[in-house]
Amino acid sequence: MTELDLIRNFSIVAHIDHGKSTLADRLIQLTGTVAERDMKAQMLDSMDIERERGITIKANTVRINYPARDGKTYILNLIDTPGHVDFAYEVSRSMRAVEGSLLVVDASQGVEAQTLANVYQAIDANHEIVPVLNKIDLPAADPERVKENIEDVIGIDASDAIPISAKTGLGIPDVLEAIVTRLPAPKGDRDAPLKAMLVDSWYDAYLGVVVMIRVMDGVIRKGDQVKMMQTGATYRLDKLAVLTPAMKDIEELGPGEIGVFTASIKQVRDTRVGDTITHEKKPAAEALPGFKPAQPVVFCGLFPVDANDFEALRDAIEKLALNDASFSYEMETSAALGFGFRCGFLGLLHLEVIRDRLEREYDLDLITTAPSVVFKLHMRDGEVRDLHNPADMPDLTHVDHIEEPRIKATIMVPDEYLGDVLKLCQDRRGIQLDLTYAGSRAMVVYDLPLAEVVFDFYDRLKSVTKGYASFDYQISEYREDHLVKMSILVNDEPVDALAVMVHRDRAESRGRAMVEKLKELIPRHMFKIPIQAAIGSRVIARETLSAMRKDVTAKCYGGDATRKKKLLEKQKAGKKRMRQFGKVEIPQTAFIQALKMDN
Amino acid sequence: MIVQDDWRHGGFGLYVHWPFCAAKCPYCDFNSHVSASVDQTRWARALASEIARLAEELPGRHLDSIFFGGGTPSLMLPETVDHVLRAARAAWGFANHIEITLEANPTSVERARFRGFAEAGVNRVSMGIQALNDRDLRALGRTHDVAEARAAFEVARSVFQRVSFDLIYARQGQDRAAWQAELREALAMAADHLSLYQLTIEPGTVFGRRAQAGTLRGLPDEDLAADMYLDTQDICEKAGLPGYEISNHAAPGAESRHNLIYWRQGDWAAIGPGAHGRITLPGGRFATEAHLSPGAWLNAVETSGNGESLREAVPSCEQAAELLLMGLRLSEGISESRHARLSGASLSSDAVARLEALGMITRASDRLRVTEAGRPVLNAILRELVA
Repeated sequence: MTELDLIRNFSIVAHIDHGKSTLADRLIQLTGTVAERDMKAQMLDSMDIERERGITIKANTVRINYPARDGKTYILNLIDTPGHVDFAYEVSRSMRAVEGSLLVVDASQGVEAQTLANVYQAIDANHEIVPVLNKIDLPAADPERVKENIEDVIGIDASDAIPISAKTGLGIPDVLEAIVTRLPAPKGDRDAPLKAMLVDSWYDAYLGVVVMIRVMDGVIRKGDQVKMMQTGATYRLDKLAVLTPAMKDIEELGPGEIGVFTASIKQVRDTRVGDTITHEKKPAAEALPGFKPAQPVVFCGLFPVDANDFEALRDAIEKLALNDASFSYEMETSAALGFGFRCGFLGLLHLEVIRDRLEREYDLDLITTAPSVVFKLHMRDGEVRDLHNPADMPDLTHVDHIEEPRIKATIMVPDEYLGDVLKLCQDRRGIQLDLTYAGSRAMVVYDLPLAEVVFDFYDRLKSVTKGYASFDYQISEYREDHLVKMSILVNDEPVDALAVMVHRDRAESRGRAMVEKLKELIPRHMFKIPIQAAIGSRVIARETLSAMRKDVTAKCYGGDATRKKKLLEKQKAGKKRMRQFGKVEIPQTAFIQALKMDN
Repeated sequence: MIVQDDWRHGGFGLYVHWPFCAAKCPYCDFNSHVSASVDQTRWARALASEIARLAEELPGRHLDSIFFGGGTPSLMLPETVDHVLRAARAAWGFANHIEITLEANPTSVERARFRGFAEAGVNRVSMGIQALNDRDLRALGRTHDVAEARAAFEVARSVFQRVSFDLIYARQGQDRAAWQAELREALAMAADHLSLYQLTIEPGTVFGRRAQAGTLRGLPDEDLAADMYLDTQDICEKAGLPGYEISNHAAPGAESRHNLIYWRQGDWAAIGPGAHGRITLPGGRFATEAHLSPGAWLNAVETSGNGESLREAVPSCEQAAELLLMGLRLSEGISESRHARLSGASLSSDAVARLEALGMITRASDRLRVTEAGRPVLNAILRELVA
């Protein structure tokens, strides 16, 4: 156990690409925590998908021994937090586990919206914040301007910001020293009953479920019988360790310390981020505040391309779910797509990550239906129902009104793109709440329906701002609006997987856009195919896909029979990427593409 | 069960592949090579030796047809053609009305050899005229011009009993009116057979690369291509050369007997680099393939006495598929009972009913035919019918 005043716990807050992981790597390297030869670029981002996307999905931690200039050796615990809005709750818990943050800002670019959200989380958690200006070695670096920008946008003193280059190592010793001198030591009572916060957990193939904790009060030891205060489950600790980042066994962890344990916990699902761990025998009187159960906000259907893969998909989803308590699933049957699952996610990135993992790690080909949000149906009889899937919309005569989730979105953008951003937000039924400037960058805050954002909002935002905008959101409330279910009929038959909830005023334009898009996406058949959008029985948009007119091989002689046969086999394989619906074959990609709005 | 004499439905032919060209055309994905000098005596001997090898396996047959394809077989010396034809006659003997076709480019060099080819026994030429305007000929990478082509055609008509020529349409920038006019001009030349191909952009060709790079402009869209196809059927029909196959038109009786062997799924022995054959042996029907590169083929024939790189059995179910793929190209269609015999089952009744209801196929007295409406979308029909 370590004396409290020799401990510093911190996180790093930064925008993607501003150098968070590189800085973490440098800190680890400079203190000799990891042998040089074991150093992989971006040490802490361990999942393939994290490395590829340059984002952190799971919290990671590392314990660093740092001999400071005052002659004492400190223990620095770095928690590398998820950097995406989808994981805002996880971020808030990580923030509560540490006392300070390094705010890393690119010295040529300034503060981005994503940074802002995490900084506010840090401020909420009463962190001491040390601004760090990275990439100071680049010719475009303008530290004075960026300091001003930090003071303007975030409202903290940036005069002592530390200039560094995580790439070259410049300024890293100053960062380490600032962690010791400027961040507060943790507090806690060693003699009080045990209170440790569950910061994160994950599945390890050899150890089973590994639980990361921050001890607030009391002492936890190997062999202890502990209780999770939310779930009520009790476990006996098999192993207690710190991460260096390799796991190193330790006898006990006291107040202010961060470490991991294993306790024969079978599923990650049994652990809840934010839960309080205490001793079974001498429990804490009350749990730590702020616990929230995971709440999926975005839903979509996942179906196997090949119906025979349904069991494989079920297996894969069950395995993934063991390791991710935040994602929910239930079986779904679609007339168009057969058997699959309706899955709930924390956000769009979470959805993409899970889908990518299913496809990659389990080698599945999946059809993803359009993401939708949870609508609240207020029934005439007073009942309030959650609607996860537009296809399940009950008869309107029983519905009194419908509410949808709204978000508060913060967008930062160079002013030359502001007009396009405002137009995009208006188009998506946004209500402007605020518009301020920091230098030549505008910050707009919009109240938007989540339903309009979950789909391609972020893509559109990136494209209208050439990638210069940054975006962040928080769910604000549920609000009533004029929402209707729009069905799509292909060849006069409704395709359930294409049904969407839309605002009544926008139904016509959305319907038009969808049928036009479907007309491009569905290949011509030997007969003409009407494609319609309808609300109830009223058709609001219609296109006709004309019949195929020409598809014939010009030359076919003796030497071509083999080739032709192979071509036909290839085409047949291509047909497998299609879904037969009535007499019409719809390509699997159409289920998502049809909803994309190009302008 | 092996259907031993099924090939008799189509007859027996010999295909001879001459792989050399003076230049490679930008749309061509055939096995052709540009080579400065070819030792034609060696090639003649090698081709004759292949004939002898196959004759031992296929005794007691008579050739209904021989076809020299390529490449550019009109670059063969008449002596080479003569040597090959003598070998073929000695090996199998000729049926009474044997058709002996040679593909020819309409240039002056080749024109000079026509009489020699005729003396060797060639009685039909198929000329690659491709277009009747000079600008488009250049765009297609052809080395001849229209005047040269017409001159060669006139010589061919005086020398050979039967003359056919090829045109490529739906070219870059071509509209319906321009093609209709060109087609009428072609019909006025009084050939008894025309092969009219829509330009197809094949991967691996110069055109394929340009199309991929987005620099191949002005190609007709699906609707225009379909209209041009229908115009072609209509104009040729009225001129007395109805389409008897997707891209082939002939006066009644002037159909290419050789190509009918392919489409009717007869037997053909195939020799020369990259040539594909289908032959029925006591053990069943086999697909043969010769070494693709001219050097490798010549070497294999000379050292091991066999130019084949592959021989594999074609199971009956695949023969049934080939019967559909090839046979439905013909206006005469296929025999349903023959198909059933090969596949061991009848066609999917769902698919047949659907296609009949759409007016894509008709069925009458054992024959399944693709209708005029169905022909332009034959590939889609085949995707439904071929199991």
